[in-house]
Amino acid sequence: MPFFQKVQTQMNNPQKLPRVAMPERPPQERIHSFDEVPLGYSLEQAQSEASRCLQCKKALCREGCPVQVDIPAFVGLIAEGKPLEAAAKIKEANCLPAACGRVCPQETQCENYCILAKQGEPVAIGNLERFAAEYESEHGDCRPAPKAPPTGKRVAVVGAGPAGLTVAGDLARRGHHVTVFEAFHKAGGVLIYGIPEFRLPKRIVEREVQYLRSLGVRFELNQLVGRTVGVDELLDRENHRSYDAVFLGVGAGLPAVMNIPGENLGGVYLANEYLTRVNLMRAYDFPKYDTPVVRGKSVSVIGGGNVAMDAARTARRLGGQSVSIVYRRSMQELPARAAEVHHAREEGIEFKTLCSPLEYVGDDRGMVHQVRCQVMELGEPDDSGRRRPIPKEGEQVVLDTDLVIIAIGANANPTVTRQTPGLVLNSRGYIQVDHNGVTSCQGVWAGGDVVTGSATVISAMGAAKAAASDIHRYLCRGGE
Amino acid sequence: MFKILRKTELAPDIWEMEVAAPQIAQKARPGQFVVAMADERGERIPLTIADFTPDAGSITLVVMVVGTSTVKLSRLGEGDKLYALIGPLGHASRIEPCQAVAMVAGGVGAAPVYPIARAFHQQGSRVITIQGARHKALLFWTDRLASVSQQHQVTTDDGSAGHKGLVTETLKEVLAADTQKQIGCVYAIGPTPMMEFCAKTTEPFGVKTVVSLNSIMVDGTGMCGGCRVEVGGRTFFTCIDGPEFDGHQVNWELLTARQKTYRHQENCAFEKTLNTRTG
Repeated sequence: MPFFQKVQTQMNNPQKLPRVAMPERPPQERIHSFDEVPLGYSLEQAQSEASRCLQCKKALCREGCPVQVDIPAFVGLIAEGKPLEAAAKIKEANCLPAACGRVCPQETQCENYCILAKQGEPVAIGNLERFAAEYESEHGDCRPAPKAPPTGKRVAVVGAGPAGLTVAGDLARRGHHVTVFEAFHKAGGVLIYGIPEFRLPKRIVEREVQYLRSLGVRFELNQLVGRTVGVDELLDRENHRSYDAVFLGVGAGLPAVMNIPGENLGGVYLANEYLTRVNLMRAYDFPKYDTPVVRGKSVSVIGGGNVAMDAARTARRLGGQSVSIVYRRSMQELPARAAEVHHAREEGIEFKTLCSPLEYVGDDRGMVHQVRCQVMELGEPDDSGRRRPIPKEGEQVVLDTDLVIIAIGANANPTVTRQTPGLVLNSRGYIQVDHNGVTSCQGVWAGGDVVTGSATVISAMGAAKAAASDIHRYLCRGGE
Repeated sequence: MFKILRKTELAPDIWEMEVAAPQIAQKARPGQFVVAMADERGERIPLTIADFTPDAGSITLVVMVVGTSTVKLSRLGEGDKLYALIGPLGHASRIEPCQAVAMVAGGVGAAPVYPIARAFHQQGSRVITIQGARHKALLFWTDRLASVSQQHQVTTDDGSAGHKGLVTETLKEVLAADTQKQIGCVYAIGPTPMMEFCAKTTEPFGVKTVVSLNSIMVDGTGMCGGCRVEVGGRTFFTCIDGPEFDGHQVNWELLTARQKTYRHQENCAFEKTLNTRTG
């Protein structure tokens, strides 16, 4: 095909154009900084990417979204050059677009269902969502979504993470009075303590929280429900400040350990502590901020999920010369998002796969200086469908290390559940619910990691949306 | 919330602060603690609840200045507010029925010992308190402790008050004199080495010995795992499994090493904080 004809065809069929890549900070620059890695689309770039959307009548992408954002509609609005309207459209279904545009695993959700993915690259839905949210904020035109008149009903949301914030936003828009209880001194949950600044700047989380405040949501920080106040007290009708419904979105929140020798040496962190020190407490800015963190030169991060990638990339920025992911299966089974692995690789993170720690060895001051690992090989698939790692007889490796970060998942935190009589838990200690998040206690719903165990931001938000709708129906029926 | 209602210097660099925290005061029990932040850039540090008054809606904290966070707390005045305060955290002390208890309070440990000693006293146990400090000037709450004890003995390292020597020596004498085996339990709260040596002292006597561990913490709710300790060969989280543990089972070497994790950074920051004295 002659060149001019090819150009002509592409202009008539923008979907045949390649996906517009989002510009990024170069790896050499970013390993010295906590500034965000992707730099965002310009309006032109966003319009050009949005115009690739086929505007399918039966939009499969929307079904791939746990919170059912009207994707073709908002993408269409961006293509038409109406980003503010696009942002408002997203917010009808999702009150945290700036966060979701950045941290959702779009490749397994909306973008995985995009028709264009069959023959090439899907529409960059996540990038466009992020663009719409940024554009709205930069143009200082964050309009609260339309709100129903006050119902006089009061809802207590426990935990200010993705699930809690979603329930709060949805119910506030339906006219209910919502109070969010949070144990930390800042709202945001994993968005604020877990996900690093370079992936999700904290000012963005603060902005999303501010948006909820503008919808009338109240935040009670430094309140540990189950300790400072009990769920039974929140629902106690004798108390004039009681609530008509309670949503528990307290997260998984009890990090798992392997119970191997040396796990409690100095310089061995569980990822939650390491990330909380750096993100929430801003240890990367020590001593301007008072919280310190160990800065290792040779860092071993145990685990292969997104939390492990976050920890490894953080350690690299804090002076890690050699930072390794130590994972017991192969690259193929690695659970982290492809984009995170790509970013980690660009930043010089090494992947030591088929390698499982046996013991951490300390020096005479009780600080870790080696990790002894078992070499593994892959056997038959296990329950998860992934090939099971099995020890390779007699093969061990020793890695020199002065900082270990264990990121192998979490268990259920008993703080709230133990103090709430009648709340039925499953065998793993998580709260048992039906598809609407209804628990065994009258007036109590739950959703997110406290129900499923560690999962994604957006799956917690999906569960929270279902619970919010059910709480709304319950309140409209008069709390029966 | 969290306004400092009253502040007194108990001894050089040891401050008593009464803080408005009505909900915590309602729920607090002896042995529990809070996590506090002095200001927005501060660290989250655990402090034992030294007393609580539900009617006044306040709790009492005793802060000894040892680093940046505690110096910042000590610089807050009456009417100022703590930036953050969460609690009550941890399990309450188990006030088991026993004829007699020995309470060992080392230095600033006098503060957390007081409500526990009072609870034993209130249930009718005979309370023997051994209160130790390096020097006379560092002793505080001797009257309070004496008021809930049948026997109250003071030791100082330099002999400036009471018996000259260590609390462990007096503890050994007390246990040796207890020929009837009335002492069902020993509580030892103070600096880590003191607790370790108290546990070693009581071991030959076979008396149950409870210690309250002061691990480094961040959230205090089980979320981060920074306060991991080894007790009886198993890993526990001080914040949700403790803070009290069986002193004979604690891996003291590990605890001591973990407490030193940030020593160098802390010293640098402390020096900087002291040099920026704001008055």
